[in-house]
Amino acid sequence: MNTAKKILLVDDDIDFLAQMQTRLKTLQYEVIMAEGQQEAEKILAETKPDLAILDLMMEQVDGGFALAYHLKQKYPDVPVILCTAVANETGIEFDASTDEERTWIKADVFLPKPVRFEQLVREMERLLQEKA
Amino acid sequence: MQTLRTLVVDDELGMRLGIQKALSRYKMQLPEVTEEIGFIVEMAESAEEAIEKITTDRPDILLLDYKMPNMSGLDLLERINVQESEMVTIMITAYASLETAVTAIKKGAFDFLAKPFEPNELKKAIKKAAQNLILARQVRKLEQEKHQVRFQFISVLGHELKSPLNAIEGYLNIIHEHISGDDLKAYDGMVDRSIVRIQGMKKMIADLLDLTRIESGQKKREIGACDLRTLTKTAIEGVLPTANARNITIELNADEPVNMLADASEIEIVLNNLITNAVKYNRDSGKVRITLKKEDDLVKIAVSDTGIGMSAEDSAKLFKEFVRIKNDKTRHIDGSGLGLSIVKKIATIYNGDVNVTSQPNVGSTFNVRLRSEENEPTEAV
Repeated sequence: MNTAKKILLVDDDIDFLAQMQTRLKTLQYEVIMAEGQQEAEKILAETKPDLAILDLMMEQVDGGFALAYHLKQKYPDVPVILCTAVANETGIEFDASTDEERTWIKADVFLPKPVRFEQLVREMERLLQEKA
Repeated sequence: MQTLRTLVVDDELGMRLGIQKALSRYKMQLPEVTEEIGFIVEMAESAEEAIEKITTDRPDILLLDYKMPNMSGLDLLERINVQESEMVTIMITAYASLETAVTAIKKGAFDFLAKPFEPNELKKAIKKAAQNLILARQVRKLEQEKHQVRFQFISVLGHELKSPLNAIEGYLNIIHEHISGDDLKAYDGMVDRSIVRIQGMKKMIADLLDLTRIESGQKKREIGACDLRTLTKTAIEGVLPTANARNITIELNADEPVNMLADASEIEIVLNNLITNAVKYNRDSGKVRITLKKEDDLVKIAVSDTGIGMSAEDSAKLFKEFVRIKNDKTRHIDGSGLGLSIVKKIATIYNGDVNVTSQPNVGSTFNVRLRSEENEPTEAV
């Protein structure tokens, strides 16, 4: 099964981080956490994760976008899942299912918040398998 | 210039032209409106034609003849259904009986003009109608805005209350499913976080109740002689445990009692919010300085800290509801986002104000000015 894949998890909600970490650990993932864009960029400078789960709304409103962009620049093959409550709050719908959308949104999958864990894991497994 | 579209409905050509002549060059001024108001006059020679015109493009004012062949003005009024803010109707008739007037007004007409009339009488009636129309529109606009503000408030509030519930539910599910196995310490941590989030939520609800009570004016205010210095000392005692834990010192500069007429509970809310913030957003081993001053009828409270401070851009939006400055430094500080908007509301009640001067990483100073409430002196102590 999983051979301790490294997952980068970035969110400014520390409860969300803690809960995701707890749950992902039981599935034998190695979780690296960051609470903001800067912290995440520092981690990325030294570490290449197998997959990244980013929150869109961090202290800079588009922090998740910027982070995803930098991550894809450095590691184009690392799948990115963007989690967002944006659609909920603003009614703006994001998607990353077409090539055109993926050219400007550097994410492979968008998940609405609050994130359903089973769905997240399903997407993670799919993306990791595609990569392999 | 604001132009009101007026539709004249009369089977007599002379009447239609006469009204058009009188109104097309008429300009009026209303006290509530800065713009001058003018009129565009359109005409219809029958009720049927008028109904067609009204349904395709509604005029602002309808000048309606009572007696016309086929369909009367009253029948027309029955056929169309408009609110006052959309269109006002003035009935024109030769049969100026009280009875017809009452019927017309029952059916939605605003006013009544008896034939024959002078241009001046027409202008007077039109002016009254225009005034009513514009006022009704203003009231409706205000109500819509108020509705909008309330809607926004509730939607933000809903989000703010949902977020701790999501967190607590997440922890409970993990505990329920025994995700962490036998690691009891892990579960303790989850329970602790849940309690923190519940306390945050309770504080938000308490603040919210304070805010609505103050805004609705339903809370009975108890105005009496208050000594701000005593109230400040009590507020300081309240935050002392938190301050001591982080080695923050609190200094009070007030050599003598600072008396004012006020509702003590309101002043306590102001002081508690400002002093708690000054500790919360301070650095470890920082300082809080509180200065109380009285100048004539003005009481000045200044609370300074040596904390994280903020940019000018951030301080500009600080007093709005649910605004919390989000950055690396504030991330682990809990707050409802309501405290300072409550302070501002209370300051306004006391004909005063609140402002902040701040510098990132140096500190912030909050200045509140309050005016003593005027009240027949109770037994001042």
